[in-house]
Amino acid sequence: MLLVWPIALPLSTAVLCLIAWHSPRVQRALNAAGSLGLLVASIAIITRVLDEGPVAAQMGSWPAPFGITLVADILSAAMVLITGIIAVACAVYGWAEVGAGEERNGHHALTQALLGGVCGAFVTGDIFNMYVWFEVLLIASFGLMVVGGGKAQLDAAVKYVGLNLIATLAFLTGVGLLYGAAGTLNMADLHLTLAGRQGETAIFSAAAMLMFAFGAKAAMFPAFFWLPASYHTPSVTTSALFSALLTKVGVYAMIRAFTIVFDTSEPAIQNTLLYGSAITMVVGVLGAAAQMHVRRILSFHIISQIGYMILGLAIYTPLGLVGAIFYLFHHIIVKANLFLIAGVIGRSTGSEELTDIGGLWKRKPWLGVLFLIPALSLAGVPPLSGFWAKLLIILAALEEERYFIAFVAVLVGFLTLYSMSKIWMEAFWKAHPGGDDAAARPASYWLYLPIITLALMTVFIGLNAQPFVEAAFASAEQVLQPDAYIAAVARASEAAELGLTFESPAASGVPAEAAPTPVEPIENPTGPPEPEDPLR
Amino acid sequence: MPLPGGTTEMEIVLAILVGLLAASGAYMMMAGRLIAYLFGLIMISNAANIAIFAAGRLTYAEPPLVPDGEYTPMTEVANALPQALILTAIVIGFGLLSFALALVFRTYFELGTTRMDDMREAEPRNMGGNS
Amino acid sequence: MNSLILTTATRFLTPLILALSVFILLRGHNEPGGGFIGGLLVAVAFALVEKAEGVEAARRAMRIEPLVLAGIGLGCCLAGGYWGGIVHGDFLRGIWPWYEEYGLPVGSILLFDLGVYLAVAGTVSAILFGLEEAGHAVAGRDD
Repeated sequence: MLLVWPIALPLSTAVLCLIAWHSPRVQRALNAAGSLGLLVASIAIITRVLDEGPVAAQMGSWPAPFGITLVADILSAAMVLITGIIAVACAVYGWAEVGAGEERNGHHALTQALLGGVCGAFVTGDIFNMYVWFEVLLIASFGLMVVGGGKAQLDAAVKYVGLNLIATLAFLTGVGLLYGAAGTLNMADLHLTLAGRQGETAIFSAAAMLMFAFGAKAAMFPAFFWLPASYHTPSVTTSALFSALLTKVGVYAMIRAFTIVFDTSEPAIQNTLLYGSAITMVVGVLGAAAQMHVRRILSFHIISQIGYMILGLAIYTPLGLVGAIFYLFHHIIVKANLFLIAGVIGRSTGSEELTDIGGLWKRKPWLGVLFLIPALSLAGVPPLSGFWAKLLIILAALEEERYFIAFVAVLVGFLTLYSMSKIWMEAFWKAHPGGDDAAARPASYWLYLPIITLALMTVFIGLNAQPFVEAAFASAEQVLQPDAYIAAVARASEAAELGLTFESPAASGVPAEAAPTPVEPIENPTGPPEPEDPLR
Repeated sequence: MPLPGGTTEMEIVLAILVGLLAASGAYMMMAGRLIAYLFGLIMISNAANIAIFAAGRLTYAEPPLVPDGEYTPMTEVANALPQALILTAIVIGFGLLSFALALVFRTYFELGTTRMDDMREAEPRNMGGNS
Repeated sequence: MNSLILTTATRFLTPLILALSVFILLRGHNEPGGGFIGGLLVAVAFALVEKAEGVEAARRAMRIEPLVLAGIGLGCCLAGGYWGGIVHGDFLRGIWPWYEEYGLPVGSILLFDLGVYLAVAGTVSAILFGLEEAGHAVAGRDD
């Protein structure tokens, strides 16, 4: 049951929010409670996983290739944990920020549904199930995009929906091709089935479809256009949630699929990822340099940072993956924080267009400090968390003697610093063009609480990187050598076949309750036999 | 006519159909109007569903239903998994498309156009654009 | 729309379709049918009312906000999952507590299917009503 909670809790909260449709205040409380519950569940999962190694569970006691598998290794558990943290931060920020109209249109229910989808995608061990969770989070994000109902939101939503649906269809087709080639969609099973078959045309075409699909979800070059077109239009809470989680689900899926299912050391796959990620970094950062809207600048930076993460995967050494995983974790905290701060900047100055605002340093020096922490962390200035993330990736590139890529990574770091200093100069340093207290709305203290917490986190990870890097090393080892992952699925599947409750590796083999006698043909655990083995 | 690798003629026909649907869908999506874009999406999603169906292998077989009082089917049955996958995909596609349709409708109502080139509400004020 | 034939036919058809939808829902246990199709039939029944007598009448006939209905449906699905989880420790496991004693094939699977039925009915009706209302708003603006 443990692995079910990160999915079941947000979805249950979403249901309660729907039932409490007419009371935004109840929904607000439910949203906060659900997010806190998610955080608690995720802490329980990660302690368990760090203690015992990967944990798996079969839904409804159906054994592995037939039933849905949920698996958590360190990577999944860490992603669920960070989802919980961001959920709580956004719920608190949302108290003071989300408008009444958005609340009436279902902001809270949609947020929880989004969290359920995100966590589902993180813990599932089955590619088709991952597709389903992607759709859940996609539909919820569509809804969140338009709950505000303004013209800009609708315009952005059309682009977001249109381009994401293409990625969805590519995902679906890739899943179909993979099923045709392998006859299974369970990731652990796929790893065993495809061993020695990497490089076949059918598998390559499935890999290409899935790479496009995950790349588009992660906003990788050349399929990133939906992101800067849409992330600056919804409420700040929503765009912080999106910026933290949505693209990272794509990166997570990419890391998962291109280690356990496909073999990234195939030159075609590796080179595509390598140069794709390098171009993504450069294009993102150059795009940001041309923007003058705070949240649009930050949106373009998501793209360039996604490049670093994919680069870590593309280098395909243990150190590269350590970098990618550490980067993933660091970036979610920092990027969500920057979006939240952008909201406060917009609130205190009346606009998010850098040309129209200024003078914040004089009025709110503390906000300046709070902005500088994640901004410098994003650019990779020591001793903040971003420094270690970039260092690991660049070291991995140097280790593989990919000097040009390493050079690009360093260069993009400097350009990021340029963009951040642009926001700093325009919003904080220069005088406000409309006089000193023009068009400012007061910013409630609730807005600062999550900002300060997330800023402290990036400082803490930066100063105390050792345990985090060690966890990332352990996680990269699990991802690259998925034996423990597969063993966990096999244990869960065996337990399901015997009709046992699977809880922990220690408890497997101990009958928890007597299995009920099969009363219905449906209960037959092997399911209908396949007419022919699709492998032949 | 025996085809290499146990391929049946029907699979080739379906492969061509998938290609045709995807190609015409892509053509419609590039027309620059939202309604055509949606129709193109529907075509491509049908292409994806047929591809999954064909990926499950085409056989002459009974529906995979277990008769009363038995635990396994008596005759050779069709592969139920691709059917389940397609059904899920159709349901999800139905939800996504109905949302997209409602969205396009609202957008037309708010912005007064379904031409993508004219939709620049969320873009920066002074950059690019045809108008 | 204002058609006497449609309005009269709707009075007969709506209860018939609703009864059929329940039949399809229950039939889905072992034969073709099930919650999704049943839910679509419910939506069709209310769509008929909406076409014949307008959105207001359809909303009144439904007596409950469509999205709340969908929420209750989703809640039933989750409850079906939790049931297996609480009784057996395995989320989504099928439980038939009254089958052996009374021969009633009622349990968590049926609860889940009922949830699908309500969720589909609610969501599809919400979309249909929403589109119809948006259409009225557009028509109103053109006048």
